[in-house]
Parts: sequence; C-alpha cells; structure tokens
Amino acid sequence: MQYALLIYGEEGRWEQLSEAEQQAMTEEYMAISRDPKTKGGADLGDLSKATTVRVDNGKTLTTDGPFAETKEYLGGFYLIEADNLDEAIEVAGKIPAARTGGTIEVRPVVEH
Amino acid sequence: MASQSGIRRAPGQSPDALHGGVASERLETVFREEWSRVLATLIGVLGDFELAEDALQDAIAIALERWPSDGTPENPGAWLIATARNRAIDRIRRERTLARKTELLQRLTELESQEDSDEPVPDERLSLIFTCCHPALAPEAQVALTLRSVGGLTTTEIARAFLVPETTMGQRLVRAKRKIRDAGVPFRVPPEHLLPERLDAVLAVLYLVFNEGYVGTSAGRLVRGDLCEEAIRLAKLLAVLMPDEPEALGLLALMLFHDSRRAARIAADGSLILLEDQDRSLWNRERIAEGDRVLTRGRGLGTYRIQAEIAAVHAHAAHPGETDWRRIVELYDELVALAPSPVVELNRAAAIAMAEGLDSGLTLIDRIEGLDDYYLLHAARADLLRRGGRHEEAAASYRRALELATNPVERSFFERRLAEVG
Repeated sequence: MQYALLIYGEEGRWEQLSEAEQQAMTEEYMAISRDPKTKGGADLGDLSKATTVRVDNGKTLTTDGPFAETKEYLGGFYLIEADNLDEAIEVAGKIPAARTGGTIEVRPVVEH
Repeated sequence: MASQSGIRRAPGQSPDALHGGVASERLETVFREEWSRVLATLIGVLGDFELAEDALQDAIAIALERWPSDGTPENPGAWLIATARNRAIDRIRRERTLARKTELLQRLTELESQEDSDEPVPDERLSLIFTCCHPALAPEAQVALTLRSVGGLTTTEIARAFLVPETTMGQRLVRAKRKIRDAGVPFRVPPEHLLPERLDAVLAVLYLVFNEGYVGTSAGRLVRGDLCEEAIRLAKLLAVLMPDEPEALGLLALMLFHDSRRAARIAADGSLILLEDQDRSLWNRERIAEGDRVLTRGRGLGTYRIQAEIAAVHAHAAHPGETDWRRIVELYDELVALAPSPVVELNRAAAIAMAEGLDSGLTLIDRIEGLDDYYLLHAARADLLRRGGRHEEAAASYRRALELATNPVERSFFERRLAEVG
C-alpha cells in the first residue's frame, strides 16, 4: 500500500534550531528521501510563499497565504510504500518533526 | 448471539421466541463459543472484517435452519468456516472490482486446501484481539469492536450496555471495520518491538469494559454488570492465548477480586457501599479463590498484578479491622516505583492513613499536585477528615467532590456523607 505522510509543524520552529541541529535534521530528512520505499515527497517551505486559489462561477480567486490560518501548517510530505499501517507509522516516527513539536498525519492513498 | 447473560437479549425478544425452544438456546451457545475463532480464521483469509462477519452471519442463519432437523455437526466450527467460505465466494462474485475479486477468490481457495489437510486450522483469535485494539482506532471503537468480534455480542447488546443509540453504535463499528481495511491495519500479533505497547492497549480495553460494567452497575441498571462477566471471559481468553504474559494474568486476577464484591457494593436502593461497610459474607468466595489461583500462576512485576495483590489483601480480611494495611502500603510503594502517577500517590496516601494514622495520610494528600479537579482526591480527603472528627473541613471536601463527580451512584453517596458531617 502507499501512504502519504503529511508533516505539520509550527511556524518559526525550524528557525529556532541551531545551524548544527538544522544540518543534522536535514540529513535525516534526506535519508528518508533516499530510502527505496520512499516514492516521492516535497519540502513545501514556509507559509509566506503560499497562495490559495478558488474558482467561483468561472472566476479564479487568488489570495495570499494558506487555506486555513492555524498554528500548525503543512510543511512537507512523503509518499511511501509500506506493507501495512504499522510500517507506515514506524517511518512517520522517524521524521524529525514528529519529535520536535510537530505532527505527522498518516493517510493511506486510495487506489482507483 | 444470545446466551444466559442479560445484555444479550432485549426483553420480550428471546431467541426461543424467534427460533423455537431449548434447542435454539443451545445453538446460540455453540455459535457464541465458536464465533471469535471462526471469525478470526475468516478475517485472516479475507483480510476484511465486514465481509468475514457478513459471511459468518449467513452461515449461522443456514445453521439455524438446518441443524435443528439435521443435527449439530460433529465439528461446528469447521462447518461454519466451510459454509461461511462458500457464502463469501457468493458475496465476492458480486464485487465490482475485478482485481479484488480475483485476489479474494484465490485466498479462499487456499483456505479450502488448508481444510482438506489434516492440520488443524490455526487459532487466529490473538491476531483478532490485537487488531481490534489497534491504536489507530479510537478507544470507544476499540472497545466496541472487541466486544463485537471477540466477544460475539450483537450491535444492539453493545449499544445497550454503553447507553448509546443502536445506530450510533452500528456506525461506530462499520467505520472501525472500514478503517482497518482501508488504512491497512495489519491482522496479526504485533512483532516483538511493538508488543509491550500494543499489549498495554489490549489490557486497557478489557479493563475499560470491566470498569464500565463495575462502576455502571446499580440496582436499576443490572444490565451493565454483564459487561464484567464479558470482560472476565475476554481476559481468560487472553490469558489462555498468552500464557507467559504476567500482566494478562494480573489483569484477570484483578477483575476476579473486584468482581467478587459486586453483590456487596450496591445496596438494595442502588446506593454505593464502601469496602469497609460491605457485608463480607456476600463476597463471592469462588471468584476470590479463582483470583488466588491466577495470582499463583503469574510471575514478575506489573501494574495490574500489583493492583490484584492489593485487592487480594482486602479479599482475605475477614473484617475491615483485620486488613493488612502495612502490606498494602508496601504494594503501593512498588506501584509508585513502577508507574508513578498522582492517582497512585493518592491511593498510597489513603493506605498510609490507615496504616500509620490519619495525619500522615492527610499530609501526603495535600502534597499531591495536579489532582485538584479529581473528585476522588476530595472524597479521600473528606473521608480522612471525617474519621478524624474534623467535620467542617470534611464537609468542604465533600462539597468539592460533589462539584466534580458525575456518576449518580457516587454522587448520592457523597451527599449522604455530607449530611452526616454537616
């Protein structure tokens, strides 16, 4: 099965880390990316670059900022292949954000 | 699944009326005994709770038609598995997705070849228990699904026991079964590195079922006492399936000791009777002896085991005055060391008050942090103050406990005490 691991973090949290900590964590993120079971993923950066789009009666409405203003925001994701939910949970637990105040949402990918 | 216990049957809706007589009563017992084992085997093959349960329901309906005239088969479980498998094939043929259809039919063929061999069908009930108690399911869903799948209770029975509408309970069960399938919750006993944490979850679910019955029992709501029976039945099954797991035995012993007092802890008018005021001749000696036997089988330290030993000390005191409070304090010391929490500290303080004097206990209670909104802290404090004759302070604590308590039986107890000291 495929699972999306959605990484939610608090804004400004990353910036609070020391350079050495940032480096060590970046290496951990890279290691997960390199794992053959990881099928994809992206670092979505911070909210300041987000743009929200809706189409109302054929008219495109574009606004600055994320879909919802919450304390925690979607900062990135992985798409992984796993045998079952337990395996996906284990990978999620290795994502640095999970132990630094962030939250990982594990979502099975629906097959059509 | 009807049986002797009351939660299984709505009044005026006995299975006798539905299927005619003692014979069907006996069949219901057979189904109930076979239910979890057959269901577990089917889920193991099909990988789908809903499909497995539907197929088993079909098989039971067929059995109810045929067994009364044809006689009960020698191996009812094997008959049910074979019949349910055929029913599942019919159901799968109606499936829309071809890939899934092919895969499921393939698995069912494997089951058939398994049946043809002389090897006994493996018991997958432990996988069933662990899957029902998977932490990806909400706690109330874990409880409901365990009672349904492992306990064989019907949705109606579970809804009645937990005082929620049947449709709510039905949705809860369906959602849980679909999440297991769609999120890929594995059907298995967790591997070694996950086992301790997952076993804790299983034990917590069984204890929750027990407590729901124990605390919820009152004269007008006897129905809920059956949850205690069910929890004990499930704990016994777990102890059989995991004979080397000390905490499975510890939990079973704890339930048995608590349950031994069930008849003595509620007065005829539904009010609560505290341990020291209970008529100890009403305690169920058989349950206590069973608890003792379970305790001798287990080894090692664990929180359920220590609590069971504490309950055993009470169970063996012929009068409240004979309670070995020093031993109880020792056991609480062990419990605090193993699993420190403010609630355990509170119980330890109450035991120290009995062993060493009220003031030592009160001093300790007042030092506990983080329990100011916990009604039992105020109740314990009130009780010690009352015993020490400090009635005004006791009344204040009873009032605080009343502000926080929600269970009507407990509330009326505090009100009675408040009237005594006020």
